[in-house]
Amino acid sequence: MDKHITVPFGEKEARELKSGDYVYLSGIIYTARDAAHKRMYEALEQGEELPFDIRNNIIYYMGPSPAREGRPIGSAGPTTASRMDKYAPALLELGQRGMIGKGKRSEAVRQAIIKNNAVYFAAVGGAGALLSKAIVSSEVIAYDDLGTEAIRRLEVKDFPVIVVIDSEGNNLYETAAKAYAELEA
Amino acid sequence: MRTIHVDEVIKNVKEMCIEANHFLTEDMDMALTKAGKTEKSPLGKQILGQLKENLCIAAEDMIPICQDTGMAVVFVEIGQDVRIEGGLLTDAVNEGVRQGYIEGFLRKSVVKDPILRENTKDNTPAVIHYDIVAGEKIKITVAPKGFGSENMSRVFMLKPADGIEGVKNAILTAVKDAGPNACPPMVVGVGIGGTFEKCALLAKQALTRPVNQHSDIPYVKDMEEELLCRINKTGIGPGGLGGSTTALAVNINTYPTHIAGLPVAVNICCHVNRHCVREL
Repeated sequence: MDKHITVPFGEKEARELKSGDYVYLSGIIYTARDAAHKRMYEALEQGEELPFDIRNNIIYYMGPSPAREGRPIGSAGPTTASRMDKYAPALLELGQRGMIGKGKRSEAVRQAIIKNNAVYFAAVGGAGALLSKAIVSSEVIAYDDLGTEAIRRLEVKDFPVIVVIDSEGNNLYETAAKAYAELEA
Repeated sequence: MRTIHVDEVIKNVKEMCIEANHFLTEDMDMALTKAGKTEKSPLGKQILGQLKENLCIAAEDMIPICQDTGMAVVFVEIGQDVRIEGGLLTDAVNEGVRQGYIEGFLRKSVVKDPILRENTKDNTPAVIHYDIVAGEKIKITVAPKGFGSENMSRVFMLKPADGIEGVKNAILTAVKDAGPNACPPMVVGVGIGGTFEKCALLAKQALTRPVNQHSDIPYVKDMEEELLCRINKTGIGPGGLGGSTTALAVNINTYPTHIAGLPVAVNICCHVNRHCVREL
């Protein structure tokens, strides 16, 4: 089912999203990948504040290519989410509402999604040029020294994603592949 | 004896890095179009359509096809009657990569040390494989490799008794484990034989062979066809979201090996299977 929603959003909206829904996101999302997650995790361990208020926000696992003149961003597709599995449960506990990435998640992440009424979206991997067209503006807000891995605040309009793991823990990667698997003779 | 100046190498490598990251080869484009027609899942069809649209936007607006513009893998076949002048060939290849990634607005994804992880900021060094061949030309293949799929690649040191079934199972295992992580539809490069490192190199080279061209060894061609069919029955589908297009091709290269061994490498590549070839 196609849905249009505004980001950030709360627990109620998250619970309405179901595995397999095709969703267009408009509003504000934040980027962070391996190095930024490691740094945020270390900040939390030392009792420091995160560089942005994570409550109800969506983190896009993405490190863009450089923007050409006149464009907000370069190519901007999702990176493999499982590399952030170590850090995601702690952030979901703090109220992070969801993530956009690609690929499988650990059981610990799935449980944290259920517990915190969150959602895991996939964007189409390897479609970075297409996805960049749904990004209206981009601004580095933290960890500038990390280059492509810095935390960016993105304004998006109709950014296309698919609900993979919903707040009940249903996982599209498992159900969809089973639906199309053909038994070998 | 023919002399080639390093400036010629720099210029071509630079252009090839930019070209490979914005334009796929025609065989890849055709394979994606064909998949869009045969895909059984409506969502899978929609995703394949988006991948085609993505290729058009990349080419028209000069936005890299994928933000992971890869680590530059460069194959250099040097004719033994060529003399290089003006500097070291390796330095020239790296300079070409440096210029290509900076001037082409490509992402710098290389860290100087695997543990300390400080970005080199120009995507160098490249991973360069040299081969000395007959003649007085240099053939350069630039194949930027993204790591979503590279991370899902495997080496299996099988026993001779495992035979061809063991090889097929190894390939299927690698593909199933990769699943949605490797950005399917994938291209599966396989190396069978040689040694531990040789089979990995064979697998990488197999990815640069056109996806509509089979091995000329009859049993290998049969295996390529059979495995593609079986991989597409796993149900993984485009984006891993279910469907009948999980791979676009299985390319297998072989090499003689030891009486005690049967090494198999599976180098998985996403649908952005980039390579660009030039002869100087």
